[in-house]
Amino acid sequence: MSALGATWPDISFEDRMATVEFRVAPDAHITVDETRCRDCSTRDCITACPANLFVPTADGGILFNYEQCFECGTCYMVCNTEGAISWRYPEGGHGVVFRRT
Amino acid sequence: MPQFDAVVVGAGPAGSAAAVVLARAGRSVCLLERGPFPGSKNMYGGVVYGRILDSLVPHWWDEAPIQRWVTRRATMLLTPTQALTVDFRTEAWGQPPYNGATAYRPDFDSWFAGVAQDAGAVLLTSTTATGLLRDGTRVVGVRTDRPDGDLEAHIVIACDGVNSFLAKEAGLLPPFCAANYTVGVKETLALPREVIDERFGVRGRHGVDFEILGGTQDVPGGGFLYTNLDTLAVGVVLKLPALAAQSKRPEEIVAGLKAHPAIAPLVEGAELKEYSAHLIPEGGFGMMPALSTDGMLVAGDAAATCLAAGIWLEGVNFAIGSGMAAGQAAAEALARHDTSAAGLAGYRQRLESSFVIADHKKLRDVPHLVLSDRVQKQYPGLVCNVVERMFHVDNPAPKPGLRRIARQEIKRAKVRLRDLARDAWIGAKGFG
Repeated sequence: MSALGATWPDISFEDRMATVEFRVAPDAHITVDETRCRDCSTRDCITACPANLFVPTADGGILFNYEQCFECGTCYMVCNTEGAISWRYPEGGHGVVFRRT
Repeated sequence: MPQFDAVVVGAGPAGSAAAVVLARAGRSVCLLERGPFPGSKNMYGGVVYGRILDSLVPHWWDEAPIQRWVTRRATMLLTPTQALTVDFRTEAWGQPPYNGATAYRPDFDSWFAGVAQDAGAVLLTSTTATGLLRDGTRVVGVRTDRPDGDLEAHIVIACDGVNSFLAKEAGLLPPFCAANYTVGVKETLALPREVIDERFGVRGRHGVDFEILGGTQDVPGGGFLYTNLDTLAVGVVLKLPALAAQSKRPEEIVAGLKAHPAIAPLVEGAELKEYSAHLIPEGGFGMMPALSTDGMLVAGDAAATCLAAGIWLEGVNFAIGSGMAAGQAAAEALARHDTSAAGLAGYRQRLESSFVIADHKKLRDVPHLVLSDRVQKQYPGLVCNVVERMFHVDNPAPKPGLRRIARQEIKRAKVRLRDLARDAWIGAKGFG
C-alpha cells in the first residue's frame, strides 16, 4: 500500500453522496440531447462528473440524473458535442446545500 | 423608477463586499442568493486571507466564524513513493491581525452577508437570477424565478460565480476554453480535535495548510490538506480537459492522494462527513472577461479573479477585493448619475491599482506553467530524486557532488536545459 492508485480508505459511491444534502427541485436543470450523445465517441462527462451523474447504457445511450448534482458545471465544460448538455442553475432554494465546505 | 439603486447577484464574498460598500454609501441594495443561505453553494481549497477585510470590518477576527488560524504552511512535492516538504511555521500568524484562516464557507459567507444586511442591504435567498433585463443594450435589472420576480436597478453587479450566466448573457466573456478551468473535489473528514492537534503538531486554534504538487496521477493539477477544528479537508484540483481524457474518476484520484505514504498517516481512520466539488477559474489574467458594460459590472469568480499561481492559491481575498472595487465604482457612478460603461470605467482603474489585477498581471504566465507537463510530471520526480541521493549514504562509496547528481537527474528525467531555463525565467519573472 505504498503507491498512488491504492483506494484505501474509501466508501461506496452511494454512501459518499449520502453525506451531501440535496433539496431536489421538481424540474431538471440539466437536459441531455440523447441523439447527439449516441454519436459521441469520447463521452468525457462520464469520467469527469464528480457526482457520477452520467452513466452509459447498454444500447449506446447515456442515462443521467440531475438530483445529486453539485452544480459545478464540469459536464458542459468538458462536453465536446456542442449543445448536447444544456445546463442552468436549479430553481432558487433547491439543489445542493453545502454545510462544511 | 427602479426598485433598487443596485442589484448584486450572488451573496458570496464578492457580492457581499460590493453590497457592504454600496449600502454604506447610502444606496439601496438588493443582494440575491440562489441557495437557501449564503455559502450553501460555495466550496474552496481552504484558506481565507482576511486582511482585505480590515477596512470593511475592523477587528473582523473577533467576529468572523473561523475554524483555525494557519500558523503552519507547507508545500509538498509528491511522487508515488517520495515526498519533499517545505514546512514553515510562525507564531506571528496565530495572533491579530493574523494571516490565513480556515473556515467553512457556509459559515463565513453567511456571516459576511450579515455584515451587508447590517449595513442596510436587503438579502433575498432562495432566488435564482434567470436573466438580464435590458433597455436596448443597457442592463436595467435581472429576472428572477420568484413570482413577479423582475428586479429593476440602476446597476447590476454580477457576482454569480465561475459559471456566470449573467456575464455570458451580457457577452462579456472571452471565447470559452476548458483548459482555463480545474474542478476541485474535496472530502471533509472528521477526527477528534485532540487527534488533529497531535497529528499536525498544533495547539489551540492554530492550524495547518498543506499545498501539494504531484499526487494527482495522470491529471495535471494539485492537492491540498488543511485542518478545521474537528475535521480535515483533503482534496485535489484537476485540469478539466485532461481529467476527461483519462479513465480515473475524481473520487479515485482523491483516494489515491489519501493513500500516499506521506498523507495516509495524517488522514487514517477519519470519517467522511461531506463530499463536494466546484469549478475553479485558473486561467488568471488571460481569461478575465470585459469587466463592465452599460449598467453592469462583473466581480469575483465570475470575473476569474481567483489566483492559482502554484505557491499562492487565493480566491476569497481576490473576490472580496474585486467586490469592494465594484461597490466603490458603482457608488461613484450612481452619485454622478452615469452608470454607462464609461461611467463605470472607475472599476477597472480601481482593480488595476489594487492587488487584484496587479498580482494577476505579474503572475499571468504562472498558472499555465504550474499546469504544464514539465512542472506536473517531470520536476517533482527530478527534485525528489536529487534530494534522495543527497541524503542517501552509500558507503563505502564516497559522497557524490550535488552538481553531478543534479546533472544526472536532469538527464534521467529527460528535461532539456533550455526548457528548464525558460521555466525558471517565467517563474523568476512572476515570483521575483
